[in-house]
Amino acid sequence: MARIAGIDIPREKRVEVALTYIYGIGLSTSQKILKQTNINPDTRVRDLTDDQVSRLREVIDRSVKVEGDLRREVALNIKRLIEIGSYRGLRHRRNLPVRGQRTKTNARARRGPKKTVGARKKK
Amino acid sequence: MSRSVKKGPFVQPRLLARVQDMNKRNERRVLKTWSRASVIFPDFIGHTIAVYNGKKHVPVYVTENMVGHRLGEFAPTRTYRGHGKNADRSAGLR
Repeated sequence: MARIAGIDIPREKRVEVALTYIYGIGLSTSQKILKQTNINPDTRVRDLTDDQVSRLREVIDRSVKVEGDLRREVALNIKRLIEIGSYRGLRHRRNLPVRGQRTKTNARARRGPKKTVGARKKK
Repeated sequence: MSRSVKKGPFVQPRLLARVQDMNKRNERRVLKTWSRASVIFPDFIGHTIAVYNGKKHVPVYVTENMVGHRLGEFAPTRTYRGHGKNADRSAGLR
């Protein structure tokens, strides 16, 4: 019913939270938008009037970068880092943590599940 | 914490002066520098700067996209070519 920013149809939840289902909108952005549109953050999405929905849509279209556009921007930023051969680009290329974290242990979010290497046979 | 805007970006004054001097004379020479912390200014575009990585000077050709980054970001200080797997991978990407 409530389609905002393309594909996202969060329902049954408070608008404040429902909006955060959109990529690029977190809780604080969501609260800012609701303040700007004068909508009570506690109303359920299903209880929104058509007018309110269209106001939300308009504000988000106008002032927030979401979904595809945002994803593209992020991907382009990473691509740039890789192309100019910077250290951060190299880390992205190898799928290792970019911001100086340790890699002796941990860094599992970035490196994926553990692959044990084990001792190599001499030959 | 990020650097105060008041101070502006950091460049080793001598390096910037040398680059600007070269721009004035329309010269292109490789500049050796140890100042990895210097921010790349728009003036640097098109120059090749040899940045020290702790062992030798790595030539870095500065393009437009690099402005605002630091010289050291383009001269890696570490060599890691993976564990095990004989020595035939010694070429490495870095």
